[in-house]
Amino acid sequence: MPIDKFVTVQTSFVPMPIENVDTDQIIPARFLKATTKDGFGDNLFYDWRYEKDGSPKAGFVLNNPAYSGTVLVAGKNFGSGSSREHAAWAIAGYGFKAVVSSFFADIFRGNSLNNGVLPVQVSETFLAGLFKAVDADNKAEVKIDLENQTITNVSTGESEGFEINSYKKNCLMNGYDDIDYLLSLGEEIEAYEAQAVKF
Amino acid sequence: MGKTLFDKIWDSHVVKTIDDGPNVLYIDRHFIHEVTSPQAFGGIKARGGKVARPSQVIATPDHNIPTVNQHLTIQDELSRHQVETLKKNCEENGITMYGLNHPYNGIVHVVGPELGITQPGMTIVCGDSHTSTHGAFGSIAFGIGTSEVEMALATQCIMQPKPKSMRINIEGELGKGVTSKDIILYIISKLSTGGGTGYFVEFAGSAIRSLSMEARMTVCNMSIEMGARGGMIAPDETTFEYIKGREQAPKGEAWDKAVAYWKSLVTDADAKFDKELTFDGADIEPMITYGTNPGMGAKVCEYIPTLDSIEDSSQGSFQKSMEYMGFKAGDKLEGKQVDYVFVGSCTNGRIEDLRAFCEAVKGKQKAESVTAWIVPGSKQVEKQAIEEGLKEQLEAAGFELRQPGCSACLAMNDDKIPAGKYAVATSNRNFEGRQGPGSRTMLASPLTAAAAAVTGVVTDPRTIFNL
Repeated sequence: MPIDKFVTVQTSFVPMPIENVDTDQIIPARFLKATTKDGFGDNLFYDWRYEKDGSPKAGFVLNNPAYSGTVLVAGKNFGSGSSREHAAWAIAGYGFKAVVSSFFADIFRGNSLNNGVLPVQVSETFLAGLFKAVDADNKAEVKIDLENQTITNVSTGESEGFEINSYKKNCLMNGYDDIDYLLSLGEEIEAYEAQAVKF
Repeated sequence: MGKTLFDKIWDSHVVKTIDDGPNVLYIDRHFIHEVTSPQAFGGIKARGGKVARPSQVIATPDHNIPTVNQHLTIQDELSRHQVETLKKNCEENGITMYGLNHPYNGIVHVVGPELGITQPGMTIVCGDSHTSTHGAFGSIAFGIGTSEVEMALATQCIMQPKPKSMRINIEGELGKGVTSKDIILYIISKLSTGGGTGYFVEFAGSAIRSLSMEARMTVCNMSIEMGARGGMIAPDETTFEYIKGREQAPKGEAWDKAVAYWKSLVTDADAKFDKELTFDGADIEPMITYGTNPGMGAKVCEYIPTLDSIEDSSQGSFQKSMEYMGFKAGDKLEGKQVDYVFVGSCTNGRIEDLRAFCEAVKGKQKAESVTAWIVPGSKQVEKQAIEEGLKEQLEAAGFELRQPGCSACLAMNDDKIPAGKYAVATSNRNFEGRQGPGSRTMLASPLTAAAAAVTGVVTDPRTIFNL
């Protein structure tokens, strides 16, 4: 199944200057009962986003029309906790193309990449610069260029490079997924099995 | 240069190395449950493919199942549909499933070890972050997302960058009332919830060696709570003794061959780790968490940190956490009100945990103000608890033994802690709303949970039990 190709984005962004945002916040466990990947975006950050009666919580950033854009910028250690890929489906389903933070949990990083959502790890200083820019102007923009592996704080012109291995970069640029690749390795997998320690 | 235990197993499972990319890693055992597998089966179907090695896949529903009246149909429609979908997918693909009411049903990370499916030297994955539990046997075991579940089902391989290596040594003797849960909560409180990110951890040292298999599983189970990809402990006589005779353990000649191989699974003396830390077992005391991530833990006899001890940039998140918990920086932990006690989960739902809890509350009574849920990790644990008389002991002290499942650890079934209530839980996560919307969780060992259950407040177990 091809994933969406990642193209360069320049957009206003949604700031969430909270550390250790765990996957239970991104998508609470009670919304994991679905058997398809659809509809998770509606429940993204549910308990922070909605009151008990389902009405939007006024103070939450996704409910604030002043902030918009297809990039989420969050505090360090984003996506810790549960391995639920539903968190990546919720972020993609809501319409985010990339998440920017100074630190990502490993499983979340992998899940995002497998769903065409780019995790962009930046320095603490760069992250602070983005929060400062959006404080001054809620329509401040960020530009993410995957091909050149750079992120730019458009308000200040400040740029920083980010890491991604060339295999995954190629997948994202072209919309390839890992399963097609693994399925093409049938003979190599059988050869491995023939020599492996048997359990 | 010598190799680490991790390197030995990892390197022997690499099917292919991709330049500046992940390794193609072969998977020996793949556990699945109802929550993170349906979309993976859906993906395979959409491609017109099939499950590659069904005999290496083991299924058990655990997250959604009720812990009372399991003989009745699951009442919640969505939960029932998800559990039935697992059953259908397993039937269509020839995968063994230990369904609800099967004598082997239970939490996936309890079932694997107790059936002897989990063995040293294996690569093991499951769409569940607590798969790290199986590392206690000297295997490489870690949680994966659903895309990777699909990869493992379709090809028996996944794509993984090789993580960095870390060794954490716990040396010396543990004090009275200090359990393996306290060891891991202590380590996480030192490293923080992201301190292990990017690493695979080997736990070593004399205090780790002295632990039973159940206790080792508790330590490895929570490796993910410091962000580590997984945790592992080199196999030894304790490991072999635990596995021997279990249903799927090697038998006869195969057993001798297996043990000879397993004995080679140790870190060489001259192997180097990217990071190495050593703690003194004597410094560890009964632990409890006070905040909304597992790194926010302290000794039960201590105080919540004061605000000025928190880094400036983290103060906002710390205060948000205190507000959620209804606590103040600098508060004393002992004496905090406890409304619920939950004993169970893949962290502390094994027979040894139930024994420890029962032994502690013997001759005492549950505090009237406390609602307690004692949930065995599997049908086999439940059966053993009944046979050993633990169920009667619990009932005599005012407790009830429920039926197995993940239960209030993540509250996908009806076992939800109400909003605003405080729970002392032996599970693994104290995130906001983890045990139900608005629930407030304090993580601790079965002993500290027992102390809270009989007093109704946070209590150092050493002050009320004869330990």
